[in-house]
Amino acid sequence: MSPFPGVPTEQPPDSDPGAPQPPASAWVAGTETAVDRLRPKPAATGDNFLTKALQNRYLGWAALGIAIIAPFVDGSSFAIGVMTNALIFVMLAVGLNIVVGYCGLLDLGFAAFYAIGAYVSGSVAKLLEWPILATIPLVLAAAIVAGVVIGGPTLRLRSDYLAIVTLGFGEIIRITANNITVTSPTQMPIISGPSGIYGIPSLSFGGLDLGPVSNPLGSYFATLLIVAIGVLIASRLGRGKLGRAWRFIREDEDAAEAMGIHTYTVKLAAYIAGAMFGGVAGILWAAKQTAVSPTDFQFLYSALILMAVVLGGMGSIPGVILGAIVISALPDLLTGAGAWRYVIFGVLLIVVMIFRPQGLWPHRAVERVRRRLRSRSGPYDAEPPGSARPPVVAP
Amino acid sequence: MSTANALVISDLNVRYGHVQALSGLSLSVGEGEIVAVLGNNGAGKTTTLATVSGVVRAVGGRVTAFGKDITNGKPWDIVGAGIVHVPEGRRIFSRLSVHENLQMGGYLVGDRAAIARRTRRVYELFPRLGERRKQEGGTLSGGEQQMLAVGRALIAEPRLMMLDEPSMGLAPLVVKDIMGVIKAINETGTSVLLVEQNARAALAIADRAYVIETGTVALSGRAADLATDSRVVDAYLGA
Repeated sequence: MSPFPGVPTEQPPDSDPGAPQPPASAWVAGTETAVDRLRPKPAATGDNFLTKALQNRYLGWAALGIAIIAPFVDGSSFAIGVMTNALIFVMLAVGLNIVVGYCGLLDLGFAAFYAIGAYVSGSVAKLLEWPILATIPLVLAAAIVAGVVIGGPTLRLRSDYLAIVTLGFGEIIRITANNITVTSPTQMPIISGPSGIYGIPSLSFGGLDLGPVSNPLGSYFATLLIVAIGVLIASRLGRGKLGRAWRFIREDEDAAEAMGIHTYTVKLAAYIAGAMFGGVAGILWAAKQTAVSPTDFQFLYSALILMAVVLGGMGSIPGVILGAIVISALPDLLTGAGAWRYVIFGVLLIVVMIFRPQGLWPHRAVERVRRRLRSRSGPYDAEPPGSARPPVVAP
Repeated sequence: MSTANALVISDLNVRYGHVQALSGLSLSVGEGEIVAVLGNNGAGKTTTLATVSGVVRAVGGRVTAFGKDITNGKPWDIVGAGIVHVPEGRRIFSRLSVHENLQMGGYLVGDRAAIARRTRRVYELFPRLGERRKQEGGTLSGGEQQMLAVGRALIAEPRLMMLDEPSMGLAPLVVKDIMGVIKAINETGTSVLLVEQNARAALAIADRAYVIETGTVALSGRAADLATDSRVVDAYLGA
């Protein structure tokens, strides 16, 4: 009988076992056994309509289409404000997903990079009277520097230790921001401690005003464009060689190292990439609010971003986008419930995690493993060999 | 014994804190040879491989591979030097597909065409892996997982392959197949350092063997001689 439960019995080698024919062994040559044929082909495992639809390659375009149409369905300034916030949150979650979802590094201080982006862009744009989008290169540079400074020493740590250090770092940035006061040479306050920065220029491009109050639609679409580019870059990163190395490290860091991956550098790359996304999200936030203060970047915010990643499905771009939209928009949509809205919000999150611990829209691999494990205890061995009909696996 | 050496370990000392794991261990693998390392739990077999591949640091001694000193080199440099380690317990990536697992073996190989060619060759060598290329590694049987670990190492096209207990937890018939594959890989010119508790299976394919006890070599010789040596028979092979 089979030496492993649920695994087909191997046929004994039919070649002479003494003959030194390299891969001639029956096990290796793998002649399909009768039991084997009963196994459903992986592709056919419970691929119902929904699963197929969710794996459709044009899905991203469909989502973009919905995002474009949405403001014409409800064009109230409240709705557009909620949607713009959701987009910024998507940017954050997609960035944190590189660190947590792809690479498996638990970062509890992600709001720090968000703060760095908002503060660098807000103060520079105000001081030098630059259009805020012109600060993008500066913010990216600042995010890289911050990523190296924080990631450099901390990424030598693993798991829980990394989480604690990043948690501490997030607080350090917030408290530092709380204590910074910068005044321009003309005595204009640029950064004013606990009051933060105000009077930050809104989005604009050329002569086009994209302010959230004067031109809410323009502001929304400009944000959408930047976030869409960000999502595209993140999903490309996840599929490239670097993305593959990240997943190897997430799965088994020691094995990845033994196979020749320079784990430290690759982890640092994930951290820096995440920091850059956080920084750009900070720009969008500063431009939308026109004022930022240290209270915007409390630990709760880091926790909410992480929640979006976990709720949506770690490592899955569509999942993380969905998670970000839910986390960011749900409290706003529940305003009718008044003071109860955060209670309802919390209960909903718990319910989701109980019934879908892998996330709302997990990375496909996770989904399939679960299915297969369930089908393992299936009736393969009980079926008489030769019965042609594969067992039906309930989706 | 061949003249050129793939690997020479001389007087290697490794300590885990106060525990001396290896004390003055010396062994060599000639080019094109299969060398088995036998010994009980805790004798230092796995530590020897981990030290060669740069995961564990030596406090004394030298490791030379293909004439180059690689003592305490970084793991990626060791892989770059043509030495690939198939770790104990296989350590495949259970949530990634078979194909992705194989691609990982080629991480340091820049040439995509070469990776594709070698991947095809691995699928020819192990048709089972080809059939299951889209399946997650964790859903394979134990034997298939071991094949995957070996296949993953082959993508790096090693000059020396180090295997740590490939027979662990496998049925006797599957062990025989694994050993056959190792022999076949060796016949294409790859040197093999094989660490095993299953002495009988290892001695059946090895050219030479070392028996290590408490971190040092206790016995060594031709595999055929050791297989009939009364001390080995009593301790490792049984009656």
